[in-house]
Amino acid sequence: MSRNERAAEIILTVIGLSSATILGLIILFIFSEGAPAFAKVGVWKLITGLKWAPGKNVFGILPMIAGSLAVTLGALVVGLPLGLGSAIYLSEFASKKTASLMKPTVELLAGIPSVVFGFIGLTALVPFIRDRLGGPGFSVLASSVVLGVMILPTMTSISYDALRAVPQSYREGMLAVGATPWQTVRMAVLPAARSGILAAGILSMGRAAGETMAVIMVAGNATIVPGSLLDPVRTMTSNIALEMGYAAGLHRSALFATGVVLFVVIGILNIVARAAVRGRGS
Amino acid sequence: MARRLVTTALIVSVLLLMGLASGCVRRESKAGASITLAGSTSVQPFAEMLAEEYGKKYPDRSVVYVQGGGSSAGARAAISGAAQIGMMSRELAPTEKELTPIVIAHDAIALVVHPANPVSQLTKEQVKRVFTGEIVDWSAVGGHSGRINVVSREEGSGTRGAFDELVLEGADVAPRAIVQDSNGAVRQTVSQDKMGIGYISLGLVDRTVKAVAVDGVIPTVENTRTGKYTLVRPFLFVYKGHMVPDAEAFADFVLGDEGKKVLASEGLVTSK
Repeated sequence: MSRNERAAEIILTVIGLSSATILGLIILFIFSEGAPAFAKVGVWKLITGLKWAPGKNVFGILPMIAGSLAVTLGALVVGLPLGLGSAIYLSEFASKKTASLMKPTVELLAGIPSVVFGFIGLTALVPFIRDRLGGPGFSVLASSVVLGVMILPTMTSISYDALRAVPQSYREGMLAVGATPWQTVRMAVLPAARSGILAAGILSMGRAAGETMAVIMVAGNATIVPGSLLDPVRTMTSNIALEMGYAAGLHRSALFATGVVLFVVIGILNIVARAAVRGRGS
Repeated sequence: MARRLVTTALIVSVLLLMGLASGCVRRESKAGASITLAGSTSVQPFAEMLAEEYGKKYPDRSVVYVQGGGSSAGARAAISGAAQIGMMSRELAPTEKELTPIVIAHDAIALVVHPANPVSQLTKEQVKRVFTGEIVDWSAVGGHSGRINVVSREEGSGTRGAFDELVLEGADVAPRAIVQDSNGAVRQTVSQDKMGIGYISLGLVDRTVKAVAVDGVIPTVENTRTGKYTLVRPFLFVYKGHMVPDAEAFADFVLGDEGKKVLASEGLVTSK
């Protein structure tokens, strides 16, 4: 092997390992900063406690866990069908001209900062929900819609790439045996693109679960387990962002513990998502 | 070849422009380093006004930058040195006793509702029971039937700390309460929600919301000064150890006649 080849291999290995190293360092940091809270409050009490009142040294994260799960699920309900549908349309049904116009449009949507989405949600969506549907307006619904729109471009782009990667021979084969375009998509193209679409879904879910700024502006940040779509809610990420400016001591450790729980929850969601799709057989 | 030249020239000129622009924005005064005030969102708009007046009157002195973050964050910043002066809208907590406070004004906390809300007065007990979640419907306090949407502040807020102390007296805010992270956000929320109620600095009450009378007393500057309105808290500048001369100069300005004029004209109560 020539020297350049060897050098390139080594450099790439180092770069590849550095990502893992950074991840490892982050995990180490948040676990060690969160440890005092887990120790003093108790892991079980921290994770299942229903009351969050740092001023009185009461730390229960369950409402925030429920909040994160609720808005993430809501975002997926809004964003997944729209995103996948857009991707299928762009890849399988749109004319070349339409596709060439729409793809950049979707990518432009991805470039809009989350604060802008939050701001629009705050000034237009929240009053709409308050006046037409009831409740304070700051709600699971508002968060889900805002987050759903935010993950839409991610879902569309990656699913589109996955669909485009399916060999044309699949489609030609289906058409040859007399399948309609939709049957072709449903029975041949989508299953073939399954792993790419799953990746899109997981990435979008991660984005929704980790979004902070936009959610703070429209969720209401009430420390309750949401009972309906119109209830205000607080996510784990909002919890950290709202209080990190002044948290000290046990409170600060509890916020890191929230970070640890968030990390674990997202990890579990990823595993569940992969298992659910693998179970159906590739 | 020409295309590459043009592109390079374009990039270089954009970078130059950015550099010039940033230089114009960050005005380094002759006195050198700038000073930073951080903390209470209640004090923040007034501090910004004072900083602007200060800059106009003494263009040769240090530039004053003002940030928010809440009273607790302001105390943290003063302790850590991130800010030369911390701004707070409540008394120092036991954990903050290493800081030295200066009272620059007194400010009342006003309970605000939507202007179309028929309720114009509440007793302190009613306010307490609304915010703890005991009273949930407007009809219980004289308004049209409908669920009360309580709006509160985050725990580190000085306004909230003062509110907790003066009104709640140790009771917990209802978990269902919406939490916003600044006076401005609370005001905006209540101004749009006919069922909303929140508390903000009196100095920030404007036409978009209605301040209700508490125990029969309307929150006004006069009532605050005479002590008739009791929901009052101090605005503090806090610092650790000694203030740097630049910060001290600004503090002197704020406590002097010029500073008092600015604060009084905006609805705060200053000492005579």
